[in-house]
Amino acid sequence: MTAILDREIRAYFQSPLGYIFVGVMFLFTGYFFFAYNLYGNTTDMRGIFSTLFAVVLFLIPILTMRLLSEDRKLKTDQLLLTAPVSRTAIVLGKYFAAVCVFLLSIMSTMAVAVVISHLSKTEWPVVFGHFIGLILFGNTLIAICLFLSSFTESQVIAAIAGFAVSFFLMLIDTLAPVINIKIISRGLEGLSFQNRYTSFTLGILNGADIVFFLSITVMFLCFTVASMEKRRWS
Amino acid sequence: MIDVKNLTKHYGSKIALNNVSFSAKEGQVLGLLGLNGAGKTTTMNIITGYIGATEGTVLINGFDMISEPAKAKASVGYLPEQPPLYPDMKVKDYLDFACKLKKVKEGDRERHINRICEQTGILNVCGRVIKNLSKGYRQRVGLAQALIGDPKVLVLDEPTVGLDPSQIIEVRTLIRELGKTGTIIVSSHILSEIKEICDRVVVLHQGRMIADGTPGNLSGMIHAPNKVVTWVEGDPDLVNMAVSSLPMTCTIRETGQKEKGIYEYEIKGPENTDIRAALFRAFAKADLPMIAIKGGDISMEDIFLRLIEDSNKEEEAK
Repeated sequence: MTAILDREIRAYFQSPLGYIFVGVMFLFTGYFFFAYNLYGNTTDMRGIFSTLFAVVLFLIPILTMRLLSEDRKLKTDQLLLTAPVSRTAIVLGKYFAAVCVFLLSIMSTMAVAVVISHLSKTEWPVVFGHFIGLILFGNTLIAICLFLSSFTESQVIAAIAGFAVSFFLMLIDTLAPVINIKIISRGLEGLSFQNRYTSFTLGILNGADIVFFLSITVMFLCFTVASMEKRRWS
Repeated sequence: MIDVKNLTKHYGSKIALNNVSFSAKEGQVLGLLGLNGAGKTTTMNIITGYIGATEGTVLINGFDMISEPAKAKASVGYLPEQPPLYPDMKVKDYLDFACKLKKVKEGDRERHINRICEQTGILNVCGRVIKNLSKGYRQRVGLAQALIGDPKVLVLDEPTVGLDPSQIIEVRTLIRELGKTGTIIVSSHILSEIKEICDRVVVLHQGRMIADGTPGNLSGMIHAPNKVVTWVEGDPDLVNMAVSSLPMTCTIRETGQKEKGIYEYEIKGPENTDIRAALFRAFAKADLPMIAIKGGDISMEDIFLRLIEDSNKEEEAK
């Protein structure tokens, strides 16, 4: 697994993709820092984190689109799948590579927190609560998009499918109140990423929300392994 | 070393492989011969564990590919049809990655990679990025990747495609050398190549195994002594008469004037009869000098047609 993790992280930074991804995250965070904190004259980072939700939603598919589809296109999956490495190890290696790049990119918020802490007293537990929320949310989205990239050898299709999922996740909150059937509207509400994420940005560390994100992550990682296994037998 | 039993593979309703069984021992180079779409690549993909068979088993070194994949895969090196290269990586980094995947000990890696680069003749491109390499070099980097970890079993899908003639000779020599100590499966649709490097040949056609034998057996089929192409100096009418005087019935066809007064003929006798000596005597008697004589060229298709005919007859006999 470490061999794949190592190669994937290198691959991100051998092409411009890794730099652009990290750069864009820093750019947005910087802008929100200016808009909410400097201009708004506050040390509260809630604004930054809640707007980053949408940014992450639309940047993650770009980060993950190449993970499994590129290997299919280049036929390098033949190298990976015929080496003495399990499918689970391949999926985890690729997953954690994307997670590492994502973590690096959201260090932007930590940079902002450090700047704020120099100007006034920072409530670190609250900031870390925000940060944990962002990590969990991003990791879950990476797992979902990784699963999508296992279906196609086209990176573009993988990215578009990722955007569709992101869009659906945004839409889900506006959809729930309009549906009359109670079970469906309750179900949609329960699936809402935004509701779960918002509680983190309010400074609430709710166990149920953590379990929600972790379980969806694990579920989609299992789906990805299953999807690769299925392709072997079809 | 390799034991393949009753492999069957369905792609939807299409049958890609139908009940294929063979085995190869240590020190053997086995050739998989077949036209495009015969099932060579499918067979190799199943042997290396890339795809699963619908039915049948593959044993590598006694380990089952499905129930003990890690152990089975550890002793297989695979060069697929399209070498599995990451174009953005440098050759050395790529081979280092292959070493990690195949769990070569860290201390030995440097030496191991250098040795394999030397064997495959890519030492001079070690520091270059793969996407800038020519097709021949890419093919050899792919071969180097298959050799990483010194696997006991090598599976090479058309290893000489894209190489220039001198590289082809080098790679064939390398395969023969490696075949002394390990087991190698090579696929090709080039008959002469298989003949040169393999101890045993398995012929596939439309997913079925239609022959399994030594290249000698196959070349018996390649030489068809009842078919001769010859250049004869003299009047075509006299040549026709000389042929009709043969003790067996032959058909003759003139295929054109090659030099002044010298014509080329294609002469075909009855099946399984050697007409060459009789032809020589007949022409000598008629004072018609034979300028050149060669056995009829039998194409790959001819051999396949014959093998298919034979296998159909066998099935009917059953």
